[in-house]
Amino acid sequence: MNIHEYQSKEILRNYGVAVPNGKVAFSVEEAVEAAKQLGTDVCVVKAQIHAGGRGKAGGVKVAKNIDEVRTYAEEILGKTLVTHQTGPEGKEVKRLLIEEGCNIQKEYYIGLVLDRATSQVVLMASEEGGTEIEEVAAETPEKIFKEYIDPVTGLMPYQARRIAFNINIPAELVNKAVKFMMGLYTAFVEKDASIAEINPLVVTGEGDVMALDAKINFDSNALYRHKDIMEYRDLEEEDPKEIEASKYDLSYISLDGNIGCMVNGAGLAMATMDIIKHYGGDPANFLDVGGGATAEKVTEAFKIILSDKNVKGIFVNIFGGIMKCDIIATGVVEAAKQVGLSVPLVVRLEGTNVDLGKKILSESDIDIVAAESMADGAQKIVELVSK
Amino acid sequence: MSVFVNKDTKVIVQGITGKTALFHTKQMLEYGTKIVGGTSPGKGGTEVEGVPVFNTVSDAVKATGANASVIYVPAPFAADAIVEAVDAELDLVICITEHIPVLDMVKVKRYMQGKKTRLVGPNCPGVITPGECKIGIMPGYIHTKGHVGVVSRSGTLTYEAVHQLSQAGIGQSTAVGIGGDPVNGTDFIDVLKAFNEDPETKAVIMIGEIGGTAEEEAAQWVKANMTKPVVGFIGGRTAPPGKRMGHAGAIISGGKGTADEKIRVMNECGIKVAETPSVMGETLIEVIKEKGIYEECKTH
Repeated sequence: MNIHEYQSKEILRNYGVAVPNGKVAFSVEEAVEAAKQLGTDVCVVKAQIHAGGRGKAGGVKVAKNIDEVRTYAEEILGKTLVTHQTGPEGKEVKRLLIEEGCNIQKEYYIGLVLDRATSQVVLMASEEGGTEIEEVAAETPEKIFKEYIDPVTGLMPYQARRIAFNINIPAELVNKAVKFMMGLYTAFVEKDASIAEINPLVVTGEGDVMALDAKINFDSNALYRHKDIMEYRDLEEEDPKEIEASKYDLSYISLDGNIGCMVNGAGLAMATMDIIKHYGGDPANFLDVGGGATAEKVTEAFKIILSDKNVKGIFVNIFGGIMKCDIIATGVVEAAKQVGLSVPLVVRLEGTNVDLGKKILSESDIDIVAAESMADGAQKIVELVSK
Repeated sequence: MSVFVNKDTKVIVQGITGKTALFHTKQMLEYGTKIVGGTSPGKGGTEVEGVPVFNTVSDAVKATGANASVIYVPAPFAADAIVEAVDAELDLVICITEHIPVLDMVKVKRYMQGKKTRLVGPNCPGVITPGECKIGIMPGYIHTKGHVGVVSRSGTLTYEAVHQLSQAGIGQSTAVGIGGDPVNGTDFIDVLKAFNEDPETKAVIMIGEIGGTAEEEAAQWVKANMTKPVVGFIGGRTAPPGKRMGHAGAIISGGKGTADEKIRVMNECGIKVAETPSVMGETLIEVIKEKGIYEECKTH
């Protein structure tokens, strides 16, 4: 799960990680009020959306007085920002972070992420702050330093020190940098983060080590034990169909095509998208109904697929293991009855309780095209939607 | 022979009284798996499906001599269940549970260092040696006994591959689902090594998907060590980037992790990669014909 920059900074502040003073604003008036309360000469007006690249898209402005805060807040609020992470449709700005200006001496990069190869959390850092870490990795990989963290000891101060010296933090500020990294790591593990990126980390003229920007993502599997993080969820940043799906524990991702897919298992769901493309079609979504789905969940999944107006046909591809085919079949029949199916439906069933599932489908009065295999089903649905 | 499980494997089911566990315990018993016990704290002394239930894994092991367990407990309690099984010194622990918090698995993995137990999963379909032992959730009827090893990160794609093989008259030695989570117990290389050493296995299908670099590393291992033909498939060629994986994840692997990169490396290492998921079986058959081992792989 993603959260906003100002929310990430709120969390970090609670863990003793230095961040600039700032306040969130939902309106121009709130923005002006926030700037007055901060009382600094210079304020930064920052668009809060769940995507990077805001600066380049005109979503971050430095205001030298209250009038400028008002001007920039008016300009940015309600504006649709298009960055390399938003997609071409962009994202509308509904929240601003009004933050005190910072006397930046130098920018660095600090990040925590899970390393799959070693099954450990790794702390990464670079002297090249402000630029995308992928660019640094591609162009000057020798400038990235890593420390692998043993979950038994957690991040040790010597590791943080080694990073600080490696990226050339001024010697007199190393202890502050160490405190920063230790706090960041504690926040990461205690809140079950999956990524924490501070880009840039800055050293200021006043001798502070601060997070100028902060991006934290959370492991959605661990949200059940973090009600406080759940509170940060901003539904306006998410696709409405994905929100609906998440209510039923369905893994759904909206895509641009016209063939709705309902599949069990993430691997088969991806492969189903692949094979639809292979036969010249375009999937409208990724949807894994999961292993523990009930007929009710399947019905909801069907409704979500059909709520996408681009959908011109549906391909249900099920290879039952933990998921039983009769449950899928019952759900499909129920959904088709409830929503009144108006597009072609191709169903391929195989696996646990397959005969029972096929029987339920054939005894229903719904118009279903049966497929013998995944390739057969993909070809059939591609043909049906292209008519 | 086979890998990891066979007709002598004695299994306990952790969380046996849960709905899913009960259903699959029945299925495993019907398949002929030696399910010797189950655990469910507080229900020790009772019986389900004719299987004795114990309060703890150590009680179950002591009473039954089990050497393997399968875990169906819900995600918040799964890490605890894995560690309990490792502590009871089982040879093999198969964790079916999905959605375990990844930092729980980081701790489990660290705890398991130097221990004798092999963990398969989590978030996996399990392991099956056709005709001998089925541990997990895979539909038993699609499998046939034979000589092709299957290893996969995806449960349903494993079924797909097995089904295609069986329909073409090619049986399987063992099918291992290693699971789709970023931190898991057994990786591709562990399974490939086991298949390489198993005299019953003549060829292998390896099924991967986008994310991480496990497939690339496995391909390099195959090139350097494998004496048997390997074919592959990678799911997610058309998946949009960045949806599930945040962008800092990509840096660790140095820009790798896409399907195209994986397929390129696999091809380079002599692994023929199926063009679509529906021709995994066909691709294997082409390769074993080329190698002249088609006849010995056919189910007679």
